[in-house]
Amino acid sequence: MVGISSYGGYVPRYRLNRFIVFGAMGWLAPALLMNAQGEKAVANYDEDALTMAVSAGINCLRGFDRQSVDAVYFASTTAPFKERQSANILAGALCAREDIRSADFTGSLKSGTSALLAALEFVRANGGRAVVCAGDMRLGKMGSVQEMYFGDAGSSMLVGEGDEVIAEFKGSYSLSLDFVDHLRGAFSKYDRQWEERWIRDVGYGEFIPTAVKGLCEKLGMSPGDFDRVVYPCYYGGARKGINKQLGLEAEKVADDLSATVGDSGAAHALLMLSRVLEEAKPGERILLVSYGSGCDALCFQVTEAIEGLQPRDRFSRSLANRKELDNYIKYLVWRDMAPADTGLRGEEEKIIRWSLEWRNHQAILGLQGCRCRACGAQQYPPQRICVNPDCGAVDQMDRVFLADKGGKIFTFTSDLLAASINPPAIYGNVAFNGGGRTLMDFTDCTLEDLAVGKPVDFSFRIKYYDPKRDTTFYYWKAVPASEEVG
Amino acid sequence: MAEGIRDKVAILGMGCTRFGERWDADPSDLLVEAFTECLEDAGIEKKDIQAAWLGSHIDEINIGKGGTYVNAVLHLPLIPVTRVENFCASGTESFRGACYGVASGAYDIALAMGVEKLKDTGYGGLPDSPAFGQLMVMIGPNATAPGMFAQLATAYSAKYNVPMERIKEALTHISWKSHQNGAKNPRAHLRKAIPKEAIAGAPIVAYPLGLFDCCGVSDGSAMAIVTTPEIAKKIKPNQDIVTVKALQVAVSSGEEAMYDTWDGARILTTRAAARRAYEEAGVKNPREEISMMEVHDCFSITELVTMEDLGISPDGGAVDDVLNGFFDLDGGGVPCQVDGGLKCFGHPIGASGLRMLYEMYNQLLQRWPEDRLVKNARLGLTHNLGGVPTNNVCSIAIVGLLE
Repeated sequence: MVGISSYGGYVPRYRLNRFIVFGAMGWLAPALLMNAQGEKAVANYDEDALTMAVSAGINCLRGFDRQSVDAVYFASTTAPFKERQSANILAGALCAREDIRSADFTGSLKSGTSALLAALEFVRANGGRAVVCAGDMRLGKMGSVQEMYFGDAGSSMLVGEGDEVIAEFKGSYSLSLDFVDHLRGAFSKYDRQWEERWIRDVGYGEFIPTAVKGLCEKLGMSPGDFDRVVYPCYYGGARKGINKQLGLEAEKVADDLSATVGDSGAAHALLMLSRVLEEAKPGERILLVSYGSGCDALCFQVTEAIEGLQPRDRFSRSLANRKELDNYIKYLVWRDMAPADTGLRGEEEKIIRWSLEWRNHQAILGLQGCRCRACGAQQYPPQRICVNPDCGAVDQMDRVFLADKGGKIFTFTSDLLAASINPPAIYGNVAFNGGGRTLMDFTDCTLEDLAVGKPVDFSFRIKYYDPKRDTTFYYWKAVPASEEVG
Repeated sequence: MAEGIRDKVAILGMGCTRFGERWDADPSDLLVEAFTECLEDAGIEKKDIQAAWLGSHIDEINIGKGGTYVNAVLHLPLIPVTRVENFCASGTESFRGACYGVASGAYDIALAMGVEKLKDTGYGGLPDSPAFGQLMVMIGPNATAPGMFAQLATAYSAKYNVPMERIKEALTHISWKSHQNGAKNPRAHLRKAIPKEAIAGAPIVAYPLGLFDCCGVSDGSAMAIVTTPEIAKKIKPNQDIVTVKALQVAVSSGEEAMYDTWDGARILTTRAAARRAYEEAGVKNPREEISMMEVHDCFSITELVTMEDLGISPDGGAVDDVLNGFFDLDGGGVPCQVDGGLKCFGHPIGASGLRMLYEMYNQLLQRWPEDRLVKNARLGLTHNLGGVPTNNVCSIAIVGLLE
């Protein structure tokens, strides 16, 4: 049996009320009022598609040995690089092995399910485990409909075999079409779309039913046989039409998260699926359909193993960790849509030295430290001579994974002198659980959230972006652990 | 322990520029200003100098690397000029090089220089300067000096269970005192007394440090000419001789940054260097024996913990000592930052250690006007702390009258 073994969602902490966008841009596009409902999830200034995919992946892999993963797939339409495989950065951050299969899936919003299908086929062919992490952070121009409904998020599915499978894969049907409802050229920052009525009626309204019917025919089922149905479509009218056309009862159709997250692109179908898997019961049949340049339709059946997977709320907990972003201009500055002055200090450049990065890539991407075999002291970054003043053993180190260990705040400050597009710079010394300390940036917090001794988790973030060379550098930051996450 | 260099080296002359935002001066102007005063004070000619050391910190601005810039300005006749760089201890390291040169017998007369031109960056504070290896440049936090030192306060508050308000009160007194002293000093960068309310209410730079908790970013140069006590007595038969009693340096071992034992509220290097310096100088009870100090008050919190690290205040007791006025000029204790300190005299990094010695030297020789003179001074201590609390270098010098 091959199928989904675990799932994880990641919704960034900040949420932008759509009415705030309308308040700022309604003068330009009064019709935006139609979209000015609910809120959209907004990646922090130091997040992007890849970091959100990593966060979802960490969430998904809780309780699983990361070294057991044999394939790592990344899906996004907003990957940070054209050349430099995001899946390998993802694998490094997840501390996967190096002898694995890796691939980036991109170019369409259905790339999330395409990656999932590839993972399912990988495990069916080879056994083992494959993890899919998707993330998207699409931009609409100021005052566009896309700016209203796009949301930022990450999602992840672990594919495995045998008894661990919580949702068995039963089959799929794909439709691949060069249907250009949305378009972004190789050098474009913003989404461009064709007339919405056409997208609604021909895109969603025809392709999703076609894919579902194709799948049902293949599997000898009818749409009504499904207990839970997942498909993204932010046009409320079209959803009603699709449900009616397929004979789906509205309560079986999953919430498309428009009001709470927005459309998270390549991540969205899997994000919705992670929400559904939180509540799914053994025996239930799930229909998953993606949309974008065609459709992938997949059928799963939930197994008894789902009751053994803990915790189940791998999406909702992230959704509940919410902070309102009450400042539209701040959002624009974070996305480099409005030039902000960070002073002459902000003009200083940092060069990313790739040969150095490679020598230290496990410490940088994976937050891997070491533990001294002679005295047991855990330390970071990895040392050759043990830092314990009473030890000093040379080359007696074992590798340790620190990213999922968490830690405690040892010292902290909130710095208004440091150049930043999100001042103040908050940082301090963090003591790793299990020993050792390091100095780190903090994120997703304010000074008031910090106290000496308070627990922190580690989050993979953009360390800095070099605009001159269009290069993003990633590293880990400390996030004060909210009580519920603990 | 080796016997050290106590009383083996005498200071023959010193010079120091006015510190400040010297928009008028290139590093060359600062060097000429300090050198002219230093040579005149020493009572020798340029050709008598046999070797020179130079301290400067930031390569990206100022003079760049090596000693060539300096000698192209001062035109010392083809003698060795060795540039040393050790963060904020660079000035004292330059002095140490010159002193060891004389104490070893390699040279009769040596010159120690420090120069830093900081105000060509275009912004406040110090520029980033890669210091802990390129890996840390890439992964280290988006940090500044005030942010790094500010963390001493959060750790101090947690360790001694002192409310931040009480710590802020002591920090305010520290900066108030330095402004009082700086106001009397014509060469200081900041020469204005500031009321405590203004200090306490200033905007925050890095929590909990406000604007007045941070030292001046200044341009300046300071120098010393050193020789043996015997030569000094020959050149200056009718003057008291100031000798070096101790010179010690300590550098972090990585323990503070990476291991679990450091409490975050003290500086381990200062404690190690102080212990060795007191031993070299024969000081048994520093609180009683040290007459005055110039310590590294890059930030008020640094001065606070330094009082404990130097063994002047008991651990956890510096807040009370500060608020009791023990370190004020006329407080009856150990006057600290008598020239205004880094806070008000200013902090051109490579010159700071020599500037501190300049103050101690002139105080010991009773050269200052009555209103800022430390009476009956016998031993003066200087202290530099470079880097950040987790990873730093400390230098300590003790100078006094030759008895």
